[in-house]
Order: sequence, then C-alpha cells, then structure tokens
Amino acid sequence: MAAETRQSLILGVRRTTWAEDLWFYFFIMPWLVGFVLFTAGPMIASVLISFTRWELVRTPEWVGFENWIRLAGDKLFWTSLRVTLSYTLLSVLPGLVVSFLLAYILNADVKGTPIFRTLFYLPSIVSGVAVAMLWLWIFNPRFGLINYLLSLVGITGPDWLWSRQWVIPSFAIMSLWGAGGAMLIYLAGLQSIPTELYEAAEIDGASGWRKVVNITLPMISPVILFNLIMRMIGSMQVFTEAYVMTVGGPNNASLFYVLYLYQNAFLYFRMGYASVLAWILFVLIALLTALIFRFSRDAVYYQA
Amino acid sequence: MTTWSTSAARETRERARQSHRRRVAIDLVVTYSVLIAGSLLFMIPFLWMLSSSLKTKPEVFIFPPRPFPQVFQWHNYRDALTAAPFARYFTNSVYVALTTVLGTTLASSMVGYGFACVRGRGSGTLFALVLATMMLPSQVTMIPMYIMFSKVGWVNTYLPLIVPNFAGSPFNIFLFRQFFRGIGPEIRDAARIDGCNHWGLYWRIIMPISTAAVATVAIMAFMWSWNNFLGPLIYLNSQKLYTVPLGLAMFRAYYPSETPWHWLMAASVVAVSPLIVLFFFAQKAFIQGIVVTGVKG
Repeated sequence: MAAETRQSLILGVRRTTWAEDLWFYFFIMPWLVGFVLFTAGPMIASVLISFTRWELVRTPEWVGFENWIRLAGDKLFWTSLRVTLSYTLLSVLPGLVVSFLLAYILNADVKGTPIFRTLFYLPSIVSGVAVAMLWLWIFNPRFGLINYLLSLVGITGPDWLWSRQWVIPSFAIMSLWGAGGAMLIYLAGLQSIPTELYEAAEIDGASGWRKVVNITLPMISPVILFNLIMRMIGSMQVFTEAYVMTVGGPNNASLFYVLYLYQNAFLYFRMGYASVLAWILFVLIALLTALIFRFSRDAVYYQA
Repeated sequence: MTTWSTSAARETRERARQSHRRRVAIDLVVTYSVLIAGSLLFMIPFLWMLSSSLKTKPEVFIFPPRPFPQVFQWHNYRDALTAAPFARYFTNSVYVALTTVLGTTLASSMVGYGFACVRGRGSGTLFALVLATMMLPSQVTMIPMYIMFSKVGWVNTYLPLIVPNFAGSPFNIFLFRQFFRGIGPEIRDAARIDGCNHWGLYWRIIMPISTAAVATVAIMAFMWSWNNFLGPLIYLNSQKLYTVPLGLAMFRAYYPSETPWHWLMAASVVAVSPLIVLFFFAQKAFIQGIVVTGVKG
C-alpha cells in the first residue's frame, strides 16, 4: 500500500491505482447510495407516476398523457402560476435593491458596524412558522402593527392578507424583512473591491454616484447575478408562509404554486397530477435560470 | 498645479480643510441616522412580538394598540407552553435537529473528503453530478419519496426526516470539498509517507483541523432542520411527534374563532429563541455559512 502511494506521488498527478479507486468509492458511498435512493430513483419514479392516476390507497392506473393535458385546462394551475410569478417579480427585485443598499451603507465601516450588521441579519435566520405567525399578527387589519402605524399618519390601511389586491404585496413586504441574508453576501463582495479603483476614479474627478454606477455595480455584478438567481428560485418555492397564513386565500389570490402542488398530493391524493406539477416547476425554474443567465451575459463582469 | 505659499493661500487651505471636516461629519451623521433608523425598522417586528406576548388577551384586541403592556404578563409564557405540549415539541425538534446535524456533517465531510483528496476514476463526472443535483427542486422527489417511505411504514416516524441526511447534502459536500482542497497537501503527504491510509487521514488528521467547516455546516444544518415545516407536515401525524414549527401551526388551529395572539406570540418567541441564542454564540460560523453557500437556510 505504501509503495503504491509513493509511486503515485512520484509519478505525478494523474495516476490512479485500483486501491485509490476503492477508497474513493468507499468515501463517496453515502452520497452514491443516497443519490440512487433519494434522487435518481425518485426522479424516474416521478416521471412514471405522472402518467398514472394514483390515489395511494388503490393501485396506480396508467392514463398516459391525461394528467398533462388536464394541466392546460386547469384554471387553478394557471392561477397558481400567475400568483407565484407575480410574487417573484414583486419580491425579488426590491429585495435585491434593499439588500444592496444595506450592504452599501454597512460598508462605510463606521464604529459599531458589527452591531448593525447583526441587527439587520437577525430577522433572516428565524424563518418559517414563527415568522409567519408574527406577520399574520402584524398585518392584522384591525389590531395589527402596520395599520396602526399607518393610522398615525392618517392613512387607513388595507386589509392586507385578506384583500385580493394586497395579499401578494403583503407577502413581498414580509420577504423584505429577510434582506439581511443577501446583504451579507453583498457585503463580502463589496469588501473585495480593490480601493485603488475608487482612488483612481476620484483622481479623475468622479462623483459619488458615478463611482457606484461605474465601479461598484460592475465589480459586484456576479454577486448580484447570484443573489438574483437564488432569490428567484426561493420565491418560486414559497410554501410555509402561504400554508400557515392564508392557505391560498382570499379566493385563491395567494395560491402559491407549491401550495397547490401540496394540496393535490396530500389533500386530494392526486399523486399523478401532483407529479406533473412538480416537473413543470422544475422546468420553469430551469428556464428562468437560463433566461437570467442569457440576459445577464453583457451586464456581468467577471474578473479574470 | 501652482505652489501655494502666501498667507492668503494658507487661509484658503485651512478653510478647505474645515469644510472637508464638516462634510465628513455630515457624512457620518447621515450614515449613522440611516443605520439607526434602518435597524429600528428591522427590529420593530421583534419588539412587537415580545410586547404582544406580554399583554393580556383583552389588551391585545384594542385599537390603537399600546406599544407596551400595562403589566407584563410573564405567566403568558407558562400558559401558552402548557396549552399545547410545547415542551415535548421542543425536545422532538432538538432530537431531529441534532441527528440531522450528525448525519449531514459526517456524511458530507466523508464524501467531500473523497472528492477532494482521493483520486478515483470518475471523480470529475460524479462531482459534476453532485453540483447538478444542487439545482433540483425538492418538490420533484418529494412525492415518490413519500410513497416509498409509506410503503416501508416509515410515515409517522422521524426516519424520513433523518435518514436522507446520512447521504450528505450537495451544498455541504461542496463546502467540505472546497475546504479540504484548501488544506495544503503537505500534511497529507507527510501522513501518507508515514503509512497512514485514507481513513486515518480523514478521521484523525483532516477532520480535527476542519472545525471551521464543521461548525458552519453544523449550524446551517441545525437551522434548516429546526425551521423545517414541510417535512414534518407530511410525515408526522401524531401530535406527540410534532416538531416546534408543526406544533405552532397546529396551535393556532385549536382556536378557530378568536386567535389568542398573546399566547401565539409567546410560543413564537420560544420557538425562535434557540436560533437566536445559537446565533449569538456562533456568529462567525453563521455568517461564513451564508457567504459561502448563499443559502439562508
């Protein structure tokens, strides 16, 4: 064993021995087994299930493309798509801006920056049901915090989560509270911009605004792209908040896609149809990601 | 540039210095006010949560709401936490979270080591596969996995929530691999020449010096597991198995007519506090985790 090792060390990088192969497969065994059992297997099964009608307690029944065709005529499917896409649009872009602004201000590095950074970041580590409950209470039209604050400036607040027009914006506002996560990533990016660039620009007489547009933004454009894609993917998969707060209401105005998927699978036990929904989501996310990449090609500057 | 040497020039220079100092002072004031206003804005929901949790029930339902309760109702916490078996929910969540952390840390580090330090045939392709699965939305595999678990009778147990973690997660595998690659080969070569095999290398040399990566992965995994709602929702049916998020959601369902917001807020505070406490103890690892993976958990 030692002789082989020494040989491979001396002879260079590319040589693998069969012993090394065995070790490799030994170490990656957990992932390999998991991949077959929990990823590849289920993926194939999911495709097959999408061609069946299966209510779980009975045996599956092969129905071919029936589920897929049903999709086109399913009003709720299109509703959930519209809800999710409009939410994504409404929450991703402002979120990106807010996170960037927070990071930009924090980058000034005044005394006490770590404290402020913590305060901004804290809301984003608590997520899920507790946060949903809190915002359910904050958005309460009669006794909640937001309408109270609005009344202080003389505005009667809307019904928020109970209004068809305001329910999606409510979710978007709630998502802004978690801007601290992306802020950290921006901060890391901002801190890696070499200061010489700014100094050179100042010598050339650049104003503050110019410096941001021509130096800061281009230098962190990969970070912006990354955050954009991650947020988009996350927004498309919103479930917990929708389930806890509105259950798709009022009147399906907040029927998020994954909520609708969940209902089909675990409420109505339409396993086949739900599988179709899952695959559509996958394709949609992949398409959106590809689109974003394609349209960002000219805007993103990658350092060599 | 002309040389400034007269006294008039000296005056101008002094005035310029003063106005620069004033500008810097204004800058500072503006920056601080924005920071303070911003952090207040971000903290208000937490303060509202705390204050609501300490009000009496009628106090909660008045308009305009009072920012502070008249008398702090500390007993709300005891009441809320006994109205539903929250202590049990808590221990359940801790159990699931800790086993999750154990599973994913062990497995991901092992696999990460394999990809980073062992040269095997197909390593490149397989790692590309790992990365590809990072992009897979969980909903695609969710249904077949549920069916599979129900066929083996694992529904209404913690097994579906815990066992998949022992395969490692793509994010964490990636993290460990990158970290291990950053450890210089000298340590490994020295150990190997001394006759250490890969397992010894992994377990007795590489892992002990990788506490930063382990901490990051552990904390992110704990956070994720603690907040996980969908998993427990679809797999846990008996109330005695509920985790905190599930218990909290069901708690509200017990009161269909008038939600006891003071209790709900108290329970939420308790649900959220372990993460906040953990954060304050391990800030660096948290932040590192976010920056490296970009995942908020």
